[in-house]
Amino acid sequence: MSTPALQMSDVRKIYSMGDNEVVALDHATLTVGTDEIVALVGPSGSGKTTLCSIAGGILSATEGSVVVGGEAISDYGDKELTTFRQNKVGFVFQSVNLVPFLNARENLLVVDELGRRQGKPARDRADRLLDELGLADRAKNLPSQLSGGQKQRVAIGRSLMNEPELVLFDEPTSSLDTELGQQVMELIRSEMKSRGTAAIVVTHDDRITEYCDRTVRITDGVLGDD
Amino acid sequence: MKLALRELVRKPGRFVTATVILTLIAVLLMFLGGLLDGLLRLSTGALRAQTADAIVYSDASQSSFLRSRIEPDDRAAIESADGVDEVGGLGVVLLGARVPGNGPRDLANVAVWGYELPKSGIPAPPAPGEAYADELLQADGVELGDELLVGPARTPITVTGWVSDTAYNGSGGLWTDLGTWREVLSQNRPDAVLADGVVQALVVSGPGDPADVVAAVDAANDGTYALTIDDAINEIPGVEEQSATFNQILGVTVVIALVVIALFFALLTVERTALYGVLKAIGARSRTIFGGLVVQATAVTLVASAVAAVLVVVLDLLIPPGSIPLFVSPSRIVLSVVLLLIAAVIGSAFSLRRVLRVDPASALGN
Repeated sequence: MSTPALQMSDVRKIYSMGDNEVVALDHATLTVGTDEIVALVGPSGSGKTTLCSIAGGILSATEGSVVVGGEAISDYGDKELTTFRQNKVGFVFQSVNLVPFLNARENLLVVDELGRRQGKPARDRADRLLDELGLADRAKNLPSQLSGGQKQRVAIGRSLMNEPELVLFDEPTSSLDTELGQQVMELIRSEMKSRGTAAIVVTHDDRITEYCDRTVRITDGVLGDD
Repeated sequence: MKLALRELVRKPGRFVTATVILTLIAVLLMFLGGLLDGLLRLSTGALRAQTADAIVYSDASQSSFLRSRIEPDDRAAIESADGVDEVGGLGVVLLGARVPGNGPRDLANVAVWGYELPKSGIPAPPAPGEAYADELLQADGVELGDELLVGPARTPITVTGWVSDTAYNGSGGLWTDLGTWREVLSQNRPDAVLADGVVQALVVSGPGDPADVVAAVDAANDGTYALTIDDAINEIPGVEEQSATFNQILGVTVVIALVVIALFFALLTVERTALYGVLKAIGARSRTIFGGLVVQATAVTLVASAVAAVLVVVLDLLIPPGSIPLFVSPSRIVLSVVLLLIAAVIGSAFSLRRVLRVDPASALGN
C-alpha cells in the first residue's frame, strides 16, 4: 500500500489571546490518499484555514502528528517548513494572488526561482503545464491581461510546478461565477487525477463537493465525515 | 533577486518618486562635496605642491607664514642635522595685482611666493622679476608675458609660465625666486620686511619618512618646529573649520538619503505585505525577500547617482571658471555614490523586521 499524501493524527491548534486560549483545531485526524481529492467544508471560523495551514507547513500544530508524503513535519522549525513548502506542497489561494509584474510563464517559474532552481527542466515543465491548462498562447500575458478563469488556471499551474504530494485549494471558485467555477473544478479534478496528486479543496459551497472523492466537514475545529 | 529586478524593469513608475528625490539628494551631495574640494584646493594648493617631507616654522608663528621667521643660524642647524638631505627657503605675501587691460580697481588676488627648491609641477625658480603664475589667474585675465603690478608699490612681475593647483588662501600663486619675493615684501609690506638670509619657513627633505624628518629637525634646533606637509595643510587657518562644516552638512545629507530610502521601502513593504505572504507560502525565505528589497534600493540609488553625476558634471561645465570654487572630481563622485549605497543598504534594512513579520498564513483565508 502506498504512503498517504497526508496523515494528521490527533492534531490540536491552540491560539493564545491574552489570558484566553482559543482552540482552532481540536483532535483532528485526517488521512488523504495519494490521488484523493477531499472537500473540506465548513462555515467561516470553523478551522478550515487552520487545518490547511498546518497540512501545508505554514503553521505548526500545538499537539499531534502531521505527515505529508511520508515526511513528518510536526517538529519542523521555520527553515525546515519553508524547504518543505518549496518541495512537497502546492497552494492555490482564494484571491489568486499571482505576482502582478510577472507574466503567466514567469508566475509558474517563480516557484523554481524560490526553491530548487532547476533551470531548463523547470522551464520545460512550465511550458508543458501552460499547454495542458490551455494557456500556451497566454504565456507572455501579465495577470492584468488575463480573465478570472485564466488567472485561476495559472495559479493551478503554479501549484503544480514543484510536483507536490499535496495541493491545497483555498476556496478556488469563490471569485468566479458558477459556470467558470464548475470549469475550474473540472480542471482541478482532471489535473489531480492525471498526476495522481492528492488535494484538499476548502469550500463552503456544497455544489463543488461533487468534484471531490470525499467530503469532510469541520465545525468549531472538530472534523466529521459526511 | 531576479524577481526584484524584474519589478524594477516592468514597474519603473513605482520607483520614479524615490529615484527623483534620491537624484536631487545625490546632486546636493556631489555639489557640496565639489564646493568643499574647490575651497580646499584654493586654500591648500601651494602646500600640496610641496614635494618636501616637512615644513619648518618659527616657534611663535602658530604655523602662519606671515608670522614665521627663520634666521640663518636656525637654517644652518637644520641643514647640518642627521636625517636631513635638502633644505629650501620659502615665503609668501598676499597682495592685489594690477593686470594689463583690467580696470585700476579690478585687482587680481595673488600669493607671491619666494622659493628655492622645485615643487611638484613647479620648475626651479625663474629669473629675478619673473614668475610662474597659477592657471587660476587666467580667470582674472592674466596672460603669458603680462607684466603684473603687484601691491600698492606696483612692483612689476612678468609672467613667464603657468603652474596649476598652487592656490593659497584663495589667491592664485605667483612663484618667484627668493630675491624677487623679498623685494615685493619690502616694497609693499614694510611691517613684514625680512633681512637677507631670513625666510618665513623652510621646506625639508630627508631619507626617512616625513615623521622621521620632522623628528630630526625638531631634535636639531630650538626655536623652530617642523610639521609634515599633511599636518601643515591642516594647520592652514580655516581649512579644518571648512572641512568640518562641510562634512557635517554632507553627513546630514546622507542621513536624509537614508531616511528617504527607509521610508520609501517601508511603505513599499506595507503595500506588498499580501504578496510577500503568498511568496512565503510558496517557499520564499525572508532573506530572499529582504535581499530583493536591498537589490531594489541599491539599483534605485545607482540610477539616481548616475543621473546626479551627469548633472553635476554638466553644471560644472556651465558654471564660468573662477565664479564659484566648484571642483568636480571622480574621487568625490565615487565617494558620494559609496555613501549613498551605504545609506541605501542601511535604509532598506529598516524594512527587515517588517519582512520577517509577514506571516505566510496570511495568504490563506484571504
